[in-house]
This record gives sequence, structure tokens and C-alpha cells, in this order.
Amino acid sequence: MAPSFDTLTEQDLHEEEEEEVDFSDLKEQYEVKLEEGLDTFVVIDGLPVVPKDSRQKLVKFLLRKLTSVGQTSEDAVFMPLNDKDMTEGFAFVEYETPEQAVAAVKQLHGVPLDKKHTLAVNKLMDIERYGREGRIEEEYQEPQVEPFKEKEHLRSWLGDASARDQFALYRNDKVGVFWNNKGNPPENVVDRAHWTQLFIQWSPKGNFLASVHPQGVQLWGGSSFSKQKQFPHPFVSLIEFSPLEGYLTTWSARPIQVEEGQPILTFEEDGKNIIVWDIETGKPLRSFVSHDLAALPPPSRVTFNLRRRSSGPLSSGLRTRSTWPGQSISIYELPNMNLLGRTSVKIEGVNDFEWSPATVTRDGVKQYEQLLCFWTPEIGSNPARVAMMSVPSKEIVRTRNLFNVSDVKLHWQSQGTYVCVKVDRHSKSKKSMATNLEIFRVREKGVPVEVVDSLKDTVINFAWEPNGSRFVLINTGENPTGAAIPPKTAVSFFAPEKKGNTAGSFKLVRTVEKKTSNGIYWSPKGRFVVVATVHSQSNFDLDFWDMDFEGEKNDAEKDLAANLQLMKTVEHYGVTDIEWDPTGRYVVSSASVWTHSMENGWNMHTFSGNTLSENPTEKFKQFAWRPRPPTLLSKEEQKQVRKNLREYSKEFDEEDKYAVDIANTAVVETRKRVLSEWVAWLRREMELQAEEKEAFGLPEDADSRKLALDAPIGGEEQGDTVVEEIVEEIIEETEEVIG
Amino acid sequence: MRPILLSGHERSLNQIKFNSDGDLLFSVAKDKIVCAWWSANGERLGTYQGHQGAIWTVDVSPNTVLLATGSADNTVRLWNIKTGECVKVWDFPTAVKRVAFSPDGSKLLAVTEKRMGYLGTIVVLDIKYGDGKLGNLEDQADEPSLRITCEDSKATVAGWSFLAKYIIAGHEDGSVSQYDPKTGEQLENVQAHEFDHQINDIQFSQDRTSFLTASKDKSAKLISARNLAIMKTYPADTPLNSAAITPKKDYVILGGGQAAMDVTTTSARQGKFEARFYHKIFEDEIGRVRGHFGPLNTIDVHPAGTAYASGGEDGYVRIHHFDKPYFDFMYEVEREQLRK
Repeated sequence: MAPSFDTLTEQDLHEEEEEEVDFSDLKEQYEVKLEEGLDTFVVIDGLPVVPKDSRQKLVKFLLRKLTSVGQTSEDAVFMPLNDKDMTEGFAFVEYETPEQAVAAVKQLHGVPLDKKHTLAVNKLMDIERYGREGRIEEEYQEPQVEPFKEKEHLRSWLGDASARDQFALYRNDKVGVFWNNKGNPPENVVDRAHWTQLFIQWSPKGNFLASVHPQGVQLWGGSSFSKQKQFPHPFVSLIEFSPLEGYLTTWSARPIQVEEGQPILTFEEDGKNIIVWDIETGKPLRSFVSHDLAALPPPSRVTFNLRRRSSGPLSSGLRTRSTWPGQSISIYELPNMNLLGRTSVKIEGVNDFEWSPATVTRDGVKQYEQLLCFWTPEIGSNPARVAMMSVPSKEIVRTRNLFNVSDVKLHWQSQGTYVCVKVDRHSKSKKSMATNLEIFRVREKGVPVEVVDSLKDTVINFAWEPNGSRFVLINTGENPTGAAIPPKTAVSFFAPEKKGNTAGSFKLVRTVEKKTSNGIYWSPKGRFVVVATVHSQSNFDLDFWDMDFEGEKNDAEKDLAANLQLMKTVEHYGVTDIEWDPTGRYVVSSASVWTHSMENGWNMHTFSGNTLSENPTEKFKQFAWRPRPPTLLSKEEQKQVRKNLREYSKEFDEEDKYAVDIANTAVVETRKRVLSEWVAWLRREMELQAEEKEAFGLPEDADSRKLALDAPIGGEEQGDTVVEEIVEEIIEETEEVIG
Repeated sequence: MRPILLSGHERSLNQIKFNSDGDLLFSVAKDKIVCAWWSANGERLGTYQGHQGAIWTVDVSPNTVLLATGSADNTVRLWNIKTGECVKVWDFPTAVKRVAFSPDGSKLLAVTEKRMGYLGTIVVLDIKYGDGKLGNLEDQADEPSLRITCEDSKATVAGWSFLAKYIIAGHEDGSVSQYDPKTGEQLENVQAHEFDHQINDIQFSQDRTSFLTASKDKSAKLISARNLAIMKTYPADTPLNSAAITPKKDYVILGGGQAAMDVTTTSARQGKFEARFYHKIFEDEIGRVRGHFGPLNTIDVHPAGTAYASGGEDGYVRIHHFDKPYFDFMYEVEREQLRK
């Protein structure tokens, strides 16, 4: 099945199909319009039916609304009367220009006039065009209900007998989905050419694979990866799923131009950059203009980071989404995408915000809430401010004032237990920089803030342990601008002090100096972390660290909830991306052609840094593990599994051994077959040759060089001569003076 | 395996060739001279001078009496190996890219370039060996006995099959053809490699029933000379310039590397200037030999299978005499077969 965007017009694609150019749209566009001038008219429906006397009053009342979008007058409103001298509930309005008429349709349609009446505004032309006799059926017809068709199970991949994981591979023009077979070559599920045109992305729970095309986004799923949904957003370059896969956000740099006849997009979406889609229905919910194009990251294709907006966690009833008009945060409530409380939250100069990735229950707070963290820079003499807001109450639960701030980054821990506010500070002279870490302990009473001792150098990367309370950061000294050598960095590991059940204050475990690392990649299950140098031209090392090493512990660190151990360091030339598999057992490092064209491909390692396979791949672009939905086992059941791990592992070890045995026998068998085939071929070839020689009357050894034409020198065979060569080497020379 | 480094050429190597005893090695390069070396110790025996342009190709007659070379000066020259004299010059309208003696030495084929309005051709020259005592070697026919014109895609390399029954040629478009050496008729044509990926080398197995092609499409293929059936494929990760079949052991050696023109723009790591050993029957890569700092242009194996030599864009020839582990290496299934 070739991936196609069949429901969309081919003209959008600019694909040359000269033979079958459809000129109907051009004809339509340039057709001489006979009813010229009528396009300044609109028809308003849904008006109250009033007697002749109060018609004037209604027109005046209506005019107030009508003039808000364009120029019109009382004379230009025609409200016809019927036999009973009553109005018909509709009116014709003439605007001064066609543009105003279009604006009226756009803005007034669906606007309530009063409690009972809602305006229905249409262009007169449209009524002519669509409502003309013969174009609509006179009799109501039941809409056809499509017979129920069973769809493929979206989660079929989870039922794999040996619980393997899947990954998607995008290389050259092909995208393939494979089963991970550890060190053995992956098993192909599907492989399609031109499946995507920009990049691929899994949905957060792994149900869908999104392919991105100039015409929009397509979602694929089920065991055969059939097409599930289409979202026609022209020239989309970034997409984001909501955490529960209910909604999809798409963004394009250029505003959307909606053409008539578009089945899904309406005038609502014209001129917008961002669309929020309902995945279930495939319809747009709401669209936005992105005001700060410059502030958005360039469409980096893979790293999706619509920083200005992010989806809230979609637990229970509240579903939220925010946008960024500059001076305020607007929170929209899903599924109807209405502005929460009908107003935006005004925050002067607000710079950035982050939703909590999980629903947090704060100490002493009963009602349901979601948390949102944001910060504002220093304005005049006002200090910079980091604040935490509770939604839907829009109450500020905690703020903190900061001085000499250059930049702030907000890092939530995956369960929302902590927020680390990374504050880049400059000295009074603005010459030197330092970084502060302010950690909000969200779950504790009053949200206490802990300040981790100021670090002298700028921190370039920071990452929390998923579901844990430890973190890793990388800082770098002043790097001379324009220097060819990559800046030296230092990697620091932090862990809380052991203190009963709660985590104590954060302390530095160890700092590793003189590294070049710049990327931190935690295992999704915590404990293990890969610290690597990526996107570098001279260093390519991956350090595999264990935070809970089961060996002896350093005395100096005995109070800390960590035992740090470097397990292994591996190199992967030109590495650009690192991705953990959803179970935290494998790590894939990859070198993508998007960054450089040298030795592209991907390598698979175990969590402890043993390289399982190296896969150099021509024009390799992207590697993506298929995420897994959260486990359905209860906490107790999980505990039970962990307890009996040894027994389970025995089973699996046996299975593995069995698989290896089978594989080995298979290899030996094929080799045997290949070898015997070869020998048979040789024998047949020899027989054929002998026959030919006989036929030509040639001697048995016709090809021997003894019979070659130039043979006669010396007459008979001399045999091999052994040439002995004596090589003398002076090993040492000493001079002694005697006497 | 310590290589012997032969640095007798000033420019990149084009072809190297052992004689049938394996005691001599002949090398030609872009620097217009032919060198003869003792293969055992790498000592230079002498040179053959006379060509006016880069020499593309060399071949030795089966009993090491005559040496044929083809050059960019549009000539094929025949040399008396022992004396170093040039005994015959054939002029062609374009450069000569490949010469090859037939198995009995009675014929020599030459592949000419397609250029300046001339189509590429394969010509066959009859070779005479004088009085049998190295005298009167100058007595050679002036005109070729056969001329095959390649209308579709020019031939880049060619050779003789068993009993000189066929002429096998590799083409610029990646196809392989089989010609009748008596009539010049094309008997068969197979698109062995990816379309438009030139075949850079063709070398025959010792019994000449199969041959190995090396192509720009990063693979080498073992093909039956009788019906051009592709029997084995050896994938590499770099364009290949040369491929050889080893006698005695069932291996093949492939050589290549980043195209010479791209080398300066890529790191040495990228170059992949290694000789790669594959198992001929199982198609597995079993080893690599590093050493050259430019692409490998040509590889030849000692007829007894005890050594191989490679010539690179870097101007060096490296002779490697195989160590014991090379001969001992065996797949379990091979060992089993041997015991039977």
C-alpha cells in the first residue's frame, strides 16, 4: 500500500502530471461572473419574526452588530414582509465592499443575537450557488450509515509472544518498522518507500505513527500500519501529540491559506499557523496565529519544541491548552477548546511556562488541580519572578523573586514532584556568568524551595532522573568564541541525602571534569544514565553510568541515595542522537544524515554499554523506538514480578538459549547447503569442460600453461628453484679502546 | 602479515600482475613506466620504458616470455620480458584500458576507450612467439584478427574464459557480456550490477569457469563464465576498484575506497582504504588488511595462493605473504567436508 494523500487535491503538491491537469478550478476562477456586484450582499438568517411596526427597531438593533465588521446603512438592510405583515426571520444586507461582506460572514456567523436567536450569515452568492433549484434534494434523505468495519487493533504489537519492542527506521526515502531482536538483525514488519516526506513521530503511547507531508499529517496504526487519520495542514513542519493521544497540534511557518472546496479546513483556519485537532474525529478544534515567529525554533524537523504552548496532562475532566499572545497566558479547556474562565491570565512580560508532566497532589490540597510554572524577566526595578499557578483556579501558589537574571529554564521532574528552576545569572558588570538551581519541592507543605549552591560556570544541560529524585547536569567554562576545539565540560551528579522516607537536601555526588559531553540521556526507568558527546566533530564518547551500583560504596558518599559507577565508555563516530528503548534495556545511538553525511547509521547497546550491533546505513535519517503505554499491572503485581525476577529470568534464559541453538543450527544448515551446492556446481562444470575438450579434440590439460604457445624455452620443466637469501643485520657495534 | 612496500612509482598504480610462476610481479602506473619486481623480497628487477602516457593495463604471457601493456598514449606495446626490449607497437585511435592474454597465450585482447567520436571496441591480436628461443619476437601481425564494437555501453574491462571459449566483458553501465571470440557476436548480456555503475575489474578463477566483477555499486559478484549466472554477491560499503579470487583457499579479496577525487574532502576514516577478505562460498566478510592511504586500485593474487599484492592511488604496491593462520582458517562445515 503506497502512502497517499488521496483526499487532497494534487495541485497543492505541485506534482507534475501534465497529461491529466484539471483545469476546472481555473475555469471556475476566470469564468465571467454574470451576477457581478452581488458579492457585497449577505443573507442573515435566524432573526426573530416581528410585526411590521417593530421591523424598524429590529433593523436598528441589528445594525449595531452589522456595522462592527463593515460599512452599511439602514437603507441597505432589506427585511421582507409576508402576507401577514410579519417579517420572515431573514434579511438581506448590502455592504460597501465584497471584503466587508466576507468579513461579516466570517465574524458574525453563529454569533448569538439574544438568548433565543443566533445569527446565520451567508453570502448571497453562496445561497445562489449551493441552494439553487436542483442542487439540493427537496426531500430529506436519511444519511447513509456505513456498515461497521472492524479495524485493526491499535495495540496489537504489545501482544508479541516474546514481548519485543518495535522501532521505526527512516533512511533514504524509506521508512520501515522493525522488531528489535537484540543482537540479531531486526525483523521487518513493514517497509515502504516515500512513507513520509519530513520526519516520523510516534504518538506518546505508541498507538500511532505520524508521517508528515507538505499537505499535512497522516497517522498510521494497527498490525499492518494502515492509514488511520489525515490532518490536512498545508506545509506543516512540527507536530505534537497530547499525552493521552486525544489531540494533535500542528504548526507551519507560513499561514494556512484555505481554498474553497476544502473538505475539512474552513475559513476559521485561514491565516492561522497552529491547529489543534481532535484525533478521534479528524476535525480541527481550534486554530491560532503564532505571533512570535522569530521566537519559535526553526523547524528542526525532529526535536519538537513548540515552546510557547504545551499540552496539559489529560487526566480526568480537565483538559487544557495554552497559547501565547505575549502578555498573558491563555488556557483553553478541552474538548471544546473554550478559553478557561473566558479570560487569559494577564502576566506582564511572561517569558516561558511549563506544565507539570503529571497530576500532583500537594500536601493539604484536596480539590483537583494542575500546576503550571512560568517566569517573568526583570522589568525596570522589578525583580525577575518564577511562579507556580494552580489551574483551574488560576491561583498563584508559590512565587520566588530573583535578581541579575539572564535566562531561566524550567525543568519538571517526570512525576511533578520537583521543579528545578535553572537560573543563569550575570554579575553586576554582566561579564561573568553563574548558574543557580532553585528546586521547588511541589509535594511538600508550602512548596519549600531549596537552593543548590551556585555553580560557577554556565550549565548547558540538565536532566532529572525519570521517576526519581536525582539529576545530572553539565556545565562548561568560558569557551573562547570561534575556537576550533570543543569546549571542555564537567558532568555533575546530584542526589538527595538519605533521610527516612522523604528525600533530603540535594548534594553533589561527584563531578567528572575535562569531558566534552553535552547530552544527558536517562533510562526511562531511571537508575542508568548515558552522558554523551553528540553533534561533535572530534569526540564521540558515550559514558554509561549506574546510579545504584551494587558494589562497595565510597565512604564520602555513604549518606547519599546513590552509588555512582561508570560502567563503560563506548565510541560511536559522528553520533547525533541517542534514544533509550521504552523498557530501559537498550540504547540506540545514531548518526543522522540530517546533521552530517559521514558514516551514517545506528548502533545498539545494552543499558550497560555492551554494543550489540552496528548498522551502518546509507542516508540514515531517523531512529524512533515505539513507546509503550503505561503498564496495566497494579503496584502489588509489579512488586510480585520484581520479587520473582530470578525465576522469570531463568525461563527467559532458557528461551534465549534455545533461540540461539536454533539460529546456530539454521546457520550451519544453510552453510552446509551452500557448500554442497558449490561443490556440485564445480563438479558439473568440470564434467562439461571435459566433454567440450573431447568434442574439440583437445588434450585433457589444454589450459595448462605447459602447452601454451610460448612454452618451448629450455624444453622441459625445470622445477622450482630454491633461492636462499642471506640477510645480515648489524645488531650492535661497540668500540673499545685497548691500551 | 608484514607487507613488503614497493615504492617504485611516482604516481597512482593502475594494474599489477603476477606471472604464472608467481616469482615476478609487474606493475603499471600513471607515471609511464612498467616495473618488474621479485615477489619474494620486493627487489626491483627492472623497468620497461617507452610509453608516452599513463599506462592503464598490463598482462604477462603464460610462460613469461612476453609482456603486453596498454596506455593512454593510444598504443599497445609488447615487450620481451627478459631483455626489456619493446618488440611491437600497435596504434589505436583511443586509449587502451585493458589487455589480456588468452589462456594458451596465442591471442591478446585489448579494450579501447570510447572517445573523440570513436566507439569503444574490444580487439583481438594474434601473438606469435618467434623461433621458440626468444628470437624473432618482432614478427607479429599488424592488424587485429577481430574487432568487436560496443554500441550500447563501452566495455571497461574484459578477459578470456576457459579454453578461450568466450570473451567476457564488463561495461560502463554495470552489465556483463559474453562474446564469441571467433565471430565477435554477442552471445549474452546480463545487468549484473546496478545500472550505470561501472565495472572496474574482472578477474577469473584459476580454472576460468567463473569470474569476479568489482563495481562502483559497492559490490563484487562471482559469475559463471558459461551462462553469466550470478552465483555469489559480496557487498561492501565503498565503491570497488578491484577484486581477486584466491587459489588454494576459497576467499575473494576486494579493494576500493572513496573515489580518488573525493578523498581530499573526506577524512581518512571515511576513505575505507582497506583490502577486504570474504569467504568465496559463504559470502561472509572474514577480515581486512589496512595499510594504503589512498583507494586500492588493483589487487592480484599469487598463482600459488601464497601471497597477494595491492596497488593504490597512493603510489605504493604492497606485497603480503600469507601467514599460517590464513591457511588454517576454516569453517566448521568445510572441516567436516574435508574429513569425509
